[in-house]
Amino acid sequence: MAPSRKRLFNVIALAKGLAVTFSFMFRKKPTIQYPSVKKQHAPRFHGLHELRRYGDGKERCIGCELCSSACPANAITVVGAENAPADRRSPGERYAARYEIDELRCIFCGMCEEACPTDAIVLTPRFEMADYRRGAFIYAKDRLLVPPEAGLGRPPDERPGGIPEDLGRVADIKSTMDIATGYSATKRGEILKTQRKGLAG
Amino acid sequence: MSPGQFLLARVDDVVRWAQSSSVWPLTMGLACCAIEMMTATSAEYDIARLGSEVFRPSPRQADLMIVSGRVSQKMAPVVKRLYDQMADPKWVISMGACASSGGVFDNYAIVQGVDTVVPVDVYVPGCPPTPDGLLYAVNLIQQQIREGGRGGLLTRA
Repeated sequence: MAPSRKRLFNVIALAKGLAVTFSFMFRKKPTIQYPSVKKQHAPRFHGLHELRRYGDGKERCIGCELCSSACPANAITVVGAENAPADRRSPGERYAARYEIDELRCIFCGMCEEACPTDAIVLTPRFEMADYRRGAFIYAKDRLLVPPEAGLGRPPDERPGGIPEDLGRVADIKSTMDIATGYSATKRGEILKTQRKGLAG
Repeated sequence: MSPGQFLLARVDDVVRWAQSSSVWPLTMGLACCAIEMMTATSAEYDIARLGSEVFRPSPRQADLMIVSGRVSQKMAPVVKRLYDQMADPKWVISMGACASSGGVFDNYAIVQGVDTVVPVDVYVPGCPPTPDGLLYAVNLIQQQIREGGRGGLLTRA
Protein backbone atom coordinates (compact mmCIF):
# COMPACT_ATOMS: atom_id res chain seq x y z
CA MET A 1 0.00 0.00 0.00
CA ALA A 2 1.27 3.43 -0.86
CA PRO A 3 2.28 5.54 2.10
CA SER A 4 0.09 8.48 0.99
CA ARG A 5 -3.05 6.37 1.05
CA LYS A 6 -2.21 5.16 4.53
CA ARG A 7 -1.96 8.77 5.69
CA LEU A 8 -5.39 9.49 4.20
CA PHE A 9 -6.90 6.73 6.32
CA ASN A 10 -5.33 8.31 9.37
CA VAL A 11 -7.05 11.59 8.54
CA ILE A 12 -10.40 9.83 8.31
CA ALA A 13 -9.82 8.22 11.68
CA LEU A 14 -8.93 11.60 13.12
CA ALA A 15 -12.13 13.13 11.73
CA LYS A 16 -14.18 10.28 13.19
CA GLY A 17 -12.64 10.82 16.59
CA LEU A 18 -13.22 14.55 16.52
CA ALA A 19 -16.82 14.01 15.41
CA VAL A 20 -17.42 12.12 18.65
CA THR A 21 -15.84 14.97 20.60
CA PHE A 22 -17.87 17.54 18.71
CA SER A 23 -21.14 15.69 19.22
CA PHE A 24 -20.73 16.11 22.98
CA MET A 25 -21.04 19.86 22.56
CA PHE A 26 -24.76 19.45 21.91
CA ARG A 27 -25.51 17.01 24.70
CA LYS A 28 -26.90 17.85 28.10
CA LYS A 29 -24.19 19.10 30.47
CA PRO A 30 -23.56 16.60 33.24
CA THR A 31 -22.20 19.14 35.72
CA ILE A 32 -24.14 19.57 38.97
CA GLN A 33 -23.90 23.21 40.02
CA TYR A 34 -23.06 22.07 43.52
CA PRO A 35 -23.66 24.67 46.20
CA SER A 36 -26.84 25.90 44.48
CA VAL A 37 -27.99 22.48 43.29
CA LYS A 38 -27.37 19.44 45.45
CA LYS A 39 -27.08 15.99 44.02
CA GLN A 40 -29.83 13.52 44.81
CA HIS A 41 -27.80 10.60 46.07
CA ALA A 42 -28.80 6.95 45.90
CA PRO A 43 -31.85 6.01 48.01
CA ARG A 44 -29.75 4.01 50.44
CA PHE A 45 -26.93 6.56 50.68
CA HIS A 46 -25.18 6.59 54.04
CA GLY A 47 -24.71 10.09 55.40
CA LEU A 48 -25.02 11.87 58.70
CA HIS A 49 -26.86 10.07 61.51
CA GLU A 50 -30.22 10.96 62.89
CA LEU A 51 -31.72 9.81 66.18
CA ARG A 52 -35.43 9.25 65.74
CA ARG A 53 -38.48 9.73 67.92
CA TYR A 54 -41.95 8.24 68.01
CA GLY A 55 -44.97 10.21 66.90
CA ASP A 56 -45.74 11.28 70.48
CA GLY A 57 -42.29 12.79 70.89
CA LYS A 58 -40.72 9.98 72.95
CA GLU A 59 -37.23 8.91 71.97
CA ARG A 60 -36.92 5.62 70.13
CA CYS A 61 -33.53 4.89 71.66
CA ILE A 62 -33.73 2.58 74.69
CA GLY A 63 -30.05 2.84 75.58
CA CYS A 64 -29.23 -0.82 74.84
CA GLU A 65 -25.77 0.01 73.42
CA LEU A 66 -26.11 -2.52 70.60
CA CYS A 67 -25.08 0.16 68.09
CA SER A 68 -21.94 0.98 70.01
CA SER A 69 -20.92 -2.69 70.20
CA ALA A 70 -21.69 -3.19 66.50
CA CYS A 71 -19.65 -0.17 65.48
CA PRO A 72 -16.40 -1.30 63.82
CA ALA A 73 -14.74 2.05 64.43
CA ASN A 74 -15.82 2.41 68.09
CA ALA A 75 -17.30 5.77 67.21
CA ILE A 76 -20.49 5.52 69.29
CA THR A 77 -20.77 6.16 73.01
CA VAL A 78 -24.05 5.34 74.72
CA VAL A 79 -24.70 5.76 78.42
CA GLY A 80 -28.12 4.45 79.36
CA ALA A 81 -30.22 5.49 82.34
CA GLU A 82 -33.46 4.31 83.94
CA ASN A 83 -36.60 6.12 82.92
CA ALA A 84 -38.23 8.04 85.74
CA PRO A 85 -41.95 7.11 85.90
CA ALA A 86 -42.94 10.78 86.08
CA ASP A 87 -40.82 11.82 83.10
CA ARG A 88 -40.52 9.02 80.59
CA ARG A 89 -38.07 9.77 77.78
CA SER A 90 -38.54 6.50 75.90
CA PRO A 91 -41.24 3.80 75.94
CA GLY A 92 -38.79 1.21 77.34
CA GLU A 93 -37.33 0.85 80.80
CA ARG A 94 -34.21 2.75 79.86
CA TYR A 95 -33.23 5.64 77.64
CA ALA A 96 -29.93 7.04 76.40
CA ALA A 97 -28.78 9.65 78.89
CA ARG A 98 -25.79 10.31 76.67
CA TYR A 99 -25.59 9.42 73.01
CA GLU A 100 -22.51 10.61 71.17
CA ILE A 101 -21.13 9.76 67.75
CA ASP A 102 -17.66 10.80 66.67
CA GLU A 103 -18.51 11.55 63.04
CA LEU A 104 -14.83 11.89 62.20
CA ARG A 105 -14.14 8.34 63.38
CA CYS A 106 -17.33 6.93 61.85
CA ILE A 107 -17.02 5.13 58.53
CA PHE A 108 -20.75 5.34 57.67
CA CYS A 109 -21.11 1.57 57.21
CA GLY A 110 -24.64 1.49 58.64
CA MET A 111 -24.01 -1.33 61.13
CA CYS A 112 -25.59 0.78 63.89
CA GLU A 113 -28.69 1.17 61.76
CA GLU A 114 -28.84 -2.61 61.30
CA ALA A 115 -28.17 -3.38 64.95
CA CYS A 116 -30.77 -1.01 66.36
CA PRO A 117 -33.80 -2.97 67.68
CA THR A 118 -36.09 0.07 67.69
CA ASP A 119 -34.99 1.85 64.48
CA ALA A 120 -33.71 4.76 66.55
CA ILE A 121 -30.44 5.50 64.77
CA VAL A 122 -30.73 6.02 61.02
CA LEU A 123 -28.29 7.30 58.42
CA THR A 124 -29.67 10.21 56.40
CA PRO A 125 -28.58 11.47 52.97
CA ARG A 126 -26.83 14.54 54.44
CA PHE A 127 -23.27 14.71 53.20
CA GLU A 128 -22.16 18.24 54.09
CA MET A 129 -20.39 17.61 57.35
CA ALA A 130 -17.02 19.31 56.94
CA ASP A 131 -15.98 21.75 59.66
CA TYR A 132 -12.99 23.72 60.87
CA ARG A 133 -12.45 22.12 64.26
CA ARG A 134 -11.94 18.51 65.19
CA GLY A 135 -13.94 18.90 68.38
CA ALA A 136 -17.00 19.96 66.39
CA PHE A 137 -17.47 16.41 65.15
CA ILE A 138 -18.57 14.88 68.43
CA TYR A 139 -22.28 14.84 67.70
CA ALA A 140 -24.25 14.57 70.93
CA LYS A 141 -28.00 14.23 71.34
CA ASP A 142 -28.53 17.96 70.86
CA ARG A 143 -27.54 17.63 67.21
CA LEU A 144 -28.48 14.01 66.48
CA LEU A 145 -31.97 13.91 67.96
CA VAL A 146 -34.74 15.15 65.71
CA PRO A 147 -37.18 17.72 67.16
CA PRO A 148 -40.31 16.30 68.87
CA GLU A 149 -42.57 17.25 65.97
CA ALA A 150 -40.48 15.16 63.55
CA GLY A 151 -41.36 11.87 65.27
CA LEU A 152 -42.56 8.79 63.41
CA GLY A 153 -44.97 5.97 64.21
CA ARG A 154 -46.95 4.79 67.24
CA PRO A 155 -44.90 4.00 70.37
CA PRO A 156 -44.96 0.35 71.57
CA ASP A 157 -46.39 1.15 75.01
CA GLU A 158 -49.67 2.01 73.32
CA ARG A 159 -49.70 -1.37 71.62
CA PRO A 160 -50.55 -4.78 73.10
CA GLY A 161 -47.54 -6.62 71.62
CA GLY A 162 -45.09 -4.00 72.80
CA ILE A 163 -43.37 -3.95 69.42
CA PRO A 164 -43.23 -0.79 67.31
CA GLU A 165 -45.59 -1.33 64.40
CA ASP A 166 -43.21 0.24 61.88
CA LEU A 167 -40.19 -1.83 62.94
CA GLY A 168 -37.72 -2.30 60.10
CA ARG A 169 -39.41 0.30 57.93
CA VAL A 170 -38.33 3.50 59.63
CA ALA A 171 -34.81 3.31 58.21
CA ASP A 172 -36.29 3.40 54.71
CA ILE A 173 -37.58 6.89 55.41
CA LYS A 174 -34.26 8.59 54.92
CA SER A 175 -35.08 11.90 56.50
CA THR A 176 -37.88 12.99 58.78
CA MET A 177 -36.94 16.61 58.32
CA ASP A 178 -36.63 19.00 55.45
CA ILE A 179 -32.95 18.87 54.59
CA ALA A 180 -32.88 22.42 53.32
CA THR A 181 -34.07 24.00 56.56
CA GLY A 182 -33.56 23.77 60.28
CA TYR A 183 -30.86 21.21 60.78
CA SER A 184 -27.80 22.49 62.55
CA ALA A 185 -25.41 20.05 60.87
CA THR A 186 -26.12 21.39 57.40
CA LYS A 187 -26.76 24.93 58.52
CA ARG A 188 -23.38 26.16 57.33
CA GLY A 189 -24.09 24.82 53.86
CA GLU A 190 -27.30 26.78 53.86
CA ILE A 191 -25.43 29.92 54.89
CA LEU A 192 -23.03 29.45 52.00
CA LYS A 193 -25.96 28.95 49.65
CA THR A 194 -27.84 32.05 50.74
CA GLN A 195 -24.68 34.14 50.54
CA ARG A 196 -24.23 33.04 46.99
CA LYS A 197 -27.80 33.91 46.25
CA GLY A 198 -27.29 37.31 47.84
CA LEU A 199 -24.29 37.95 45.62
CA ALA A 200 -26.18 36.88 42.52
CA GLY A 201 -29.40 38.77 43.13
CA MET B 1 -9.14 56.80 57.46
CA SER B 2 -6.35 58.09 55.24
CA PRO B 3 -6.34 57.49 51.46
CA GLY B 4 -3.42 55.07 51.83
CA GLN B 5 -5.35 52.88 54.29
CA PHE B 6 -8.31 52.86 52.00
CA LEU B 7 -6.18 51.71 49.06
CA LEU B 8 -4.51 48.92 51.07
CA ALA B 9 -7.82 47.65 52.37
CA ARG B 10 -9.18 47.38 48.84
CA VAL B 11 -6.01 45.62 47.68
CA ASP B 12 -6.45 43.14 50.52
CA ASP B 13 -9.97 42.36 49.30
CA VAL B 14 -8.74 41.80 45.75
CA VAL B 15 -5.91 39.55 46.97
CA ARG B 16 -8.32 37.49 49.05
CA TRP B 17 -10.69 37.17 46.14
CA ALA B 18 -7.84 36.05 43.89
CA GLN B 19 -6.47 33.59 46.43
CA SER B 20 -9.85 32.09 47.21
CA SER B 21 -10.71 31.70 43.52
CA SER B 22 -7.57 29.75 42.63
CA VAL B 23 -6.83 27.30 45.40
CA TRP B 24 -4.61 24.83 43.62
CA PRO B 25 -4.39 21.46 45.32
CA LEU B 26 -1.36 19.27 45.61
CA THR B 27 -1.61 15.91 43.84
CA MET B 28 -1.28 13.72 46.87
CA GLY B 29 -3.50 10.65 46.92
CA LEU B 30 -2.72 8.39 49.84
CA ALA B 31 -5.52 5.82 49.64
CA CYS B 32 -9.08 5.20 48.49
CA CYS B 33 -10.20 8.77 49.31
CA ALA B 34 -7.98 9.85 46.42
CA ILE B 35 -10.41 8.17 44.02
CA GLU B 36 -13.18 10.45 45.27
CA MET B 37 -10.76 13.39 45.09
CA MET B 38 -10.15 12.57 41.42
CA THR B 39 -13.88 12.24 40.84
CA ALA B 40 -14.28 15.80 42.12
CA THR B 41 -12.42 16.94 39.00
CA SER B 42 -14.78 15.01 36.72
CA ALA B 43 -17.42 16.65 34.56
CA GLU B 44 -20.20 15.84 37.00
CA TYR B 45 -18.73 17.58 40.04
CA ASP B 46 -16.24 19.82 38.23
CA ILE B 47 -14.01 21.33 40.88
CA ALA B 48 -12.86 23.74 38.15
CA ARG B 49 -15.93 25.84 38.96
CA LEU B 50 -14.24 26.63 42.27
CA GLY B 51 -10.89 27.32 40.59
CA SER B 52 -9.22 24.24 42.04
CA GLU B 53 -8.88 22.04 38.98
CA VAL B 54 -5.11 22.46 38.61
CA PHE B 55 -3.64 19.64 40.65
CA ARG B 56 0.03 20.51 40.98
CA PRO B 57 2.51 17.66 41.21
CA SER B 58 5.08 19.94 42.86
CA PRO B 59 4.46 21.31 46.38
CA ARG B 60 6.02 24.67 45.54
CA GLN B 61 3.19 25.49 43.14
CA ALA B 62 0.34 24.24 45.32
CA ASP B 63 -1.81 26.15 47.82
CA LEU B 64 -3.91 23.35 49.22
CA MET B 65 -2.92 19.97 50.54
CA ILE B 66 -5.76 17.44 50.47
CA VAL B 67 -4.66 14.63 52.73
CA SER B 68 -6.81 11.97 51.10
CA GLY B 69 -6.47 8.69 52.86
CA ARG B 70 -4.87 7.05 55.87
CA VAL B 71 -1.45 8.37 56.85
CA SER B 72 0.84 5.56 57.91
CA GLN B 73 3.68 6.12 60.34
CA LYS B 74 6.05 5.74 57.41
CA MET B 75 4.20 8.30 55.31
CA ALA B 76 3.90 10.91 58.07
CA PRO B 77 7.43 12.37 57.62
CA VAL B 78 6.77 12.61 53.88
CA VAL B 79 3.48 14.46 54.43
CA LYS B 80 5.27 16.83 56.81
CA ARG B 81 8.07 17.41 54.33
CA LEU B 82 5.65 18.12 51.47
CA TYR B 83 3.75 20.54 53.68
CA ASP B 84 6.97 22.34 54.59
CA GLN B 85 7.90 22.61 50.92
CA MET B 86 4.62 24.33 50.03
CA ALA B 87 4.85 28.09 49.80
CA ASP B 88 2.81 30.28 52.14
CA PRO B 89 -0.11 30.88 52.25
CA LYS B 90 -1.15 27.24 52.37
CA TRP B 91 -4.18 25.32 53.52
CA VAL B 92 -4.82 21.71 54.46
CA ILE B 93 -7.97 19.62 54.08
CA SER B 94 -8.03 16.40 56.01
CA MET B 95 -10.23 14.19 53.84
CA GLY B 96 -11.97 11.17 55.25
CA ALA B 97 -12.15 9.35 58.55
CA CYS B 98 -8.65 7.85 58.40
CA ALA B 99 -6.80 11.08 57.68
CA SER B 100 -8.82 13.01 60.24
CA SER B 101 -8.85 10.60 63.16
CA GLY B 102 -7.50 7.22 62.12
CA GLY B 103 -10.98 5.83 61.41
CA VAL B 104 -11.24 2.08 61.86
CA PHE B 105 -7.46 1.73 61.85
CA ASP B 106 -6.83 2.33 65.52
CA ASN B 107 -3.51 0.50 65.42
CA TYR B 108 0.25 0.91 65.52
CA ALA B 109 0.66 1.54 61.79
CA ILE B 110 -1.65 4.49 61.23
CA VAL B 111 -1.27 8.05 62.48
CA GLN B 112 -4.38 8.87 64.55
CA GLY B 113 -5.24 12.09 62.76
CA VAL B 114 -3.01 14.00 60.37
CA ASP B 115 -3.39 17.10 62.58
CA THR B 116 -0.68 15.57 64.75
CA VAL B 117 1.70 16.12 61.82
CA VAL B 118 0.45 19.20 59.91
CA PRO B 119 -2.05 21.92 60.90
CA VAL B 120 -5.44 21.10 59.38
CA ASP B 121 -7.92 23.80 58.34
CA VAL B 122 -10.96 21.75 57.35
CA TYR B 123 -11.89 18.19 58.29
CA VAL B 124 -14.18 16.14 56.06
CA PRO B 125 -15.81 13.09 57.61
CA GLY B 126 -16.85 10.12 55.50
CA CYS B 127 -15.38 6.86 54.37
CA PRO B 128 -14.74 8.10 51.78
CA PRO B 129 -16.49 11.47 51.61
CA THR B 130 -18.51 12.05 48.47
CA PRO B 131 -16.98 14.40 45.88
CA ASP B 132 -19.62 16.99 46.72
CA GLY B 133 -18.66 16.62 50.36
CA LEU B 134 -15.14 17.57 49.32
CA LEU B 135 -16.45 20.47 47.25
CA TYR B 136 -18.18 21.67 50.39
CA ALA B 137 -14.84 21.56 52.22
CA VAL B 138 -13.18 23.56 49.43
CA ASN B 139 -16.06 26.01 49.81
CA LEU B 140 -15.26 26.31 53.52
CA ILE B 141 -11.58 26.97 52.69
CA GLN B 142 -12.66 29.68 50.24
CA GLN B 143 -14.90 31.21 52.86
CA GLN B 144 -12.02 31.17 55.35
CA ILE B 145 -9.75 32.95 52.87
CA ARG B 146 -12.40 35.55 52.08
CA GLU B 147 -12.90 36.25 55.76
CA GLY B 148 -9.17 36.89 56.09
CA GLY B 149 -8.05 33.55 57.52
CA ARG B 150 -4.44 32.82 56.69
CA GLY B 151 -4.50 29.07 56.84
CA GLY B 152 -2.20 26.66 58.58
CA LEU B 153 -0.59 27.63 61.86
CA LEU B 154 -1.53 31.27 61.46
CA THR B 155 -5.24 30.37 61.74
CA ARG B 156 -4.73 29.52 65.37
CA ALA B 157 -2.37 32.42 66.09
